[in-house]
Amino acid sequence: MRKDFDFRSILRNNAVTIMFVLLCIICLSYSGQTVPYVMYELFGRLSRNAFIVLALILPIVAGMGINFAITIGAMAAQIAALWVVEWGIGGLGGFGVAAFMTVPIAAFFGYLIGNLLNRMKGQEMIGGLILGYFANGLYQLLFLFIFGNLIPLKAPGLVIKGSTGVANTIDLSTERGFKYALDGLWKVPFGTGLYITCGAVAVVAVVMLLLKKMSKKKAIITVGIAAASCLLYQIPFVASLFSMVQVPMVTFMVVGLLCLFNVGLMNTRLGQQFRAVGQNRTVANASGINVDRTRLIAIMISTVLAGWGQLIFVQNMGSFQTYGAHEQVGLYAGAAILVGGASIRKANNAQALLGCILFHLLFIVAPSAGKNLFGDAAIGEYFRVFISYGVIALALVMHAWRGVQKKKKAKAESQ
Amino acid sequence: MATEYVLEMQNITKQYGENTVLSDVSMAVKPGEIHALLGENGAGKSTLMNILFGMPVIHNTGGFEGKVLLDGDDANILSPYDAMIKGIGMVHQEFMLLPGFTITENIKLNREITKPNFFSRILGKNLETLNMKSMSADARKALDSVGMNIDEFTRVQGLPVGYMQFVEIAREIDKTGVKLLVFDEPTAVLTESEATQLISVMKQIAESGIAVIFITHRLDEVMAASDSITILRDGRLAATRRTSETNIVELAELMIGRKGESVIDLEKRSVPHDTVALHIKDLNVDMPGEHVVGLTLDVYEGEILGIGGLAGQGKLGIPNGVMGLYDSEGEVELFGQPLKIGDTDAALRAGIAMVSEDRKGVGLLLDQSIEDNIVFNAMQIHGEYLHKLGPFTLKNSSDIRGIAEQMITDLDIRCFGPTQYAGTLSGGNQQKVCIARALCMSPKFLFVSEPTRGIDIGAKKLVLETLVKLNRDNGMTIVIVSSELQELRSISDRIAIVSEGRLVDILPPEAPDADFGLAMSGIKPQDHNEKGAAGHDE
Repeated sequence: MRKDFDFRSILRNNAVTIMFVLLCIICLSYSGQTVPYVMYELFGRLSRNAFIVLALILPIVAGMGINFAITIGAMAAQIAALWVVEWGIGGLGGFGVAAFMTVPIAAFFGYLIGNLLNRMKGQEMIGGLILGYFANGLYQLLFLFIFGNLIPLKAPGLVIKGSTGVANTIDLSTERGFKYALDGLWKVPFGTGLYITCGAVAVVAVVMLLLKKMSKKKAIITVGIAAASCLLYQIPFVASLFSMVQVPMVTFMVVGLLCLFNVGLMNTRLGQQFRAVGQNRTVANASGINVDRTRLIAIMISTVLAGWGQLIFVQNMGSFQTYGAHEQVGLYAGAAILVGGASIRKANNAQALLGCILFHLLFIVAPSAGKNLFGDAAIGEYFRVFISYGVIALALVMHAWRGVQKKKKAKAESQ
Repeated sequence: MATEYVLEMQNITKQYGENTVLSDVSMAVKPGEIHALLGENGAGKSTLMNILFGMPVIHNTGGFEGKVLLDGDDANILSPYDAMIKGIGMVHQEFMLLPGFTITENIKLNREITKPNFFSRILGKNLETLNMKSMSADARKALDSVGMNIDEFTRVQGLPVGYMQFVEIAREIDKTGVKLLVFDEPTAVLTESEATQLISVMKQIAESGIAVIFITHRLDEVMAASDSITILRDGRLAATRRTSETNIVELAELMIGRKGESVIDLEKRSVPHDTVALHIKDLNVDMPGEHVVGLTLDVYEGEILGIGGLAGQGKLGIPNGVMGLYDSEGEVELFGQPLKIGDTDAALRAGIAMVSEDRKGVGLLLDQSIEDNIVFNAMQIHGEYLHKLGPFTLKNSSDIRGIAEQMITDLDIRCFGPTQYAGTLSGGNQQKVCIARALCMSPKFLFVSEPTRGIDIGAKKLVLETLVKLNRDNGMTIVIVSSELQELRSISDRIAIVSEGRLVDILPPEAPDADFGLAMSGIKPQDHNEKGAAGHDE
């Protein structure tokens, strides 16, 4: 079969990503912000958001679309975070306990979500979205009425005196909290981080080559890219772009581990089942795969990962809005992965990371671009919210449209 | 217990509620033979196979009577997965392949070869890493055995249908311990050369000792491929034959048979053939499961034309295509006037009415009253039964009541009154409401699709009599599409038989059974009789 280099189809298939790149460039040029500042902001945002976006991949592969119910995973994490603050376990220990506590809570929620979504096959996305809103009500009941009233909280500042329920903001920056528990472990300037990463990649490539798990060509290319990026960094202009960036190594390592997990899982029997179920439930069922169970596992893993992602997010922020921090999680993460070129049927690590970069780049530059262009930062703010909904709508429309195109093409071929 | 048969199904009886779909059917298959299973639709082929595979639909409806023996031992097959473990494989009519997977991944789906890793030792077998190397080696072997030299790492997406069929077969062969393979209409989607190749692969498989059950409606392929034949008719065993001891005409006769007497008796008359009422040329209809391919047909004014054929061969596509309910292309002329194809509104306005086979889905508004159902189309299309008040329109209740009551008497619709909900009527009476609605449009031409499906004998007779009356008294031209040949034979002037989306032949109702049988399997009876050999009609 001959593969045409069809410029139009490349454009069409990556319309969302290309549009976003253009938008980012335009906004960047009008924002008046310096590149070093943008880079500084971007790395900060990447470190706290990438994990949660990566948590969306598994349900997409399993054919359940974007898991908007990760909002509920975030709620699980916040419940865990509240109790860790109450108990006063600060620092890395507190983070660890919170992460550990998140697992059973999020897994339980994931189990409920998965069972519900199994009853509404084909409508998982709208189901997850509405489920998130519904769970928000229960969450408020829990935090306004049960915690602090039925179950008293003793830690200072968790309950406002003379009021009922948990305080609006939970502060993690005191000695009871776990602000920067992960980020602060090992923070290095960008250059150092780059050398360490490239060095590690090169060593792994060589080891894999020696163990004969990687082809010679691939190993050489990998080492070459690592060396080239280090060399590129030697140019003063390039280095100056990243002068403000401090890299939280451990956080990025955790993100890297999740990427490896996603790839590794796909090479197992379970991963094969996810992919089979994602493509066609009937065929998967006919070959003896338990479709419902596979989907349930995908949602449970995704919910737990989302919970961890939210913990990484809040430890970076240093505090969180008790009643609002989880609300937009699903929407923003979903928009980010779509921006990276994923669809509601296909997604991988690279798309999630690229999407994360582009989406947050726009978030950084849009308000000041709005201010410079229209004289009001609120317009830029308005613009970025508008864009995130727009991206999701556009992705859904394109998915439907591609379905129609495919059908037409198949018809044309059969004749 | 040693036995010469790999599979024996003994005295199988299966009822769905009151309805007996299989009664006392037996069948035995030897290792290494190709056993053809023949029968019209509704003859019970698929029910028999569902029993063999332990499909949930069987267990959920009270199981079955009789015995299934594998290698002489009682095989209690609980689920399709269980059947697979016991060595029964199926090559599906609808491909069970994942387009985004490679051929290897498809062949090995859910039977992946894995090796343990660190995580799987803790968390269980499901996390073992795939061993692509040995998987692809197995796939290669299976592909070679069906004579396919395609790369095993090619994705299934974009493969020609013929290739997909062979990948399916390769997958079944790859399963260890397969002793029985069922091919369900495997040649339906293949080109002629692919079909020939498939039959030779089937023979190879049989030679290796695996028994093959071959379900098809193509009689010539049965003659070419099989060793023995079981023929079902109306849920009963019609005959078992050795292929060497029978011929195609006998098979056709056995398949169709005489199903009792005529439903109604009519006086003989000469077939009207003065004016062409409906002229169909090169009709293509894209109706899922009922494709029509380049069909040309003339219907004469004043006749009742029957359209018959097996299920899924496109007979239902004809009325649905002409009425524009599915995507269609071609030329249609009604009484010499060209008709815009694919436009339901235009067809209705031109004076064609249709009684749909999908009574509850397309035919009726179940939550509406009988009278509203009857006038619905006339009101929407012709703007009848309405009061006009400037730009507004109101239903003309008294006129509607009048026509509804008249139809209820004329067609003998059994109901409490014109305001009863259509959904609460029995099947036969619902059908009559559908006919009443079509008549309300005062059509010049009527399509009736599967008018007697799912209604009892008495109601069947009434519906058919109504149609005949409309034809004889009002001179209405009627095209009736039905799976029940006997019904077509009792009221039609001519019967067109459709196979694989094409018109095979138009036969008189009194033509012999064998002719109908041959036509339904795509062989023009005349050609066959002239040549005296199995000619394939193209």
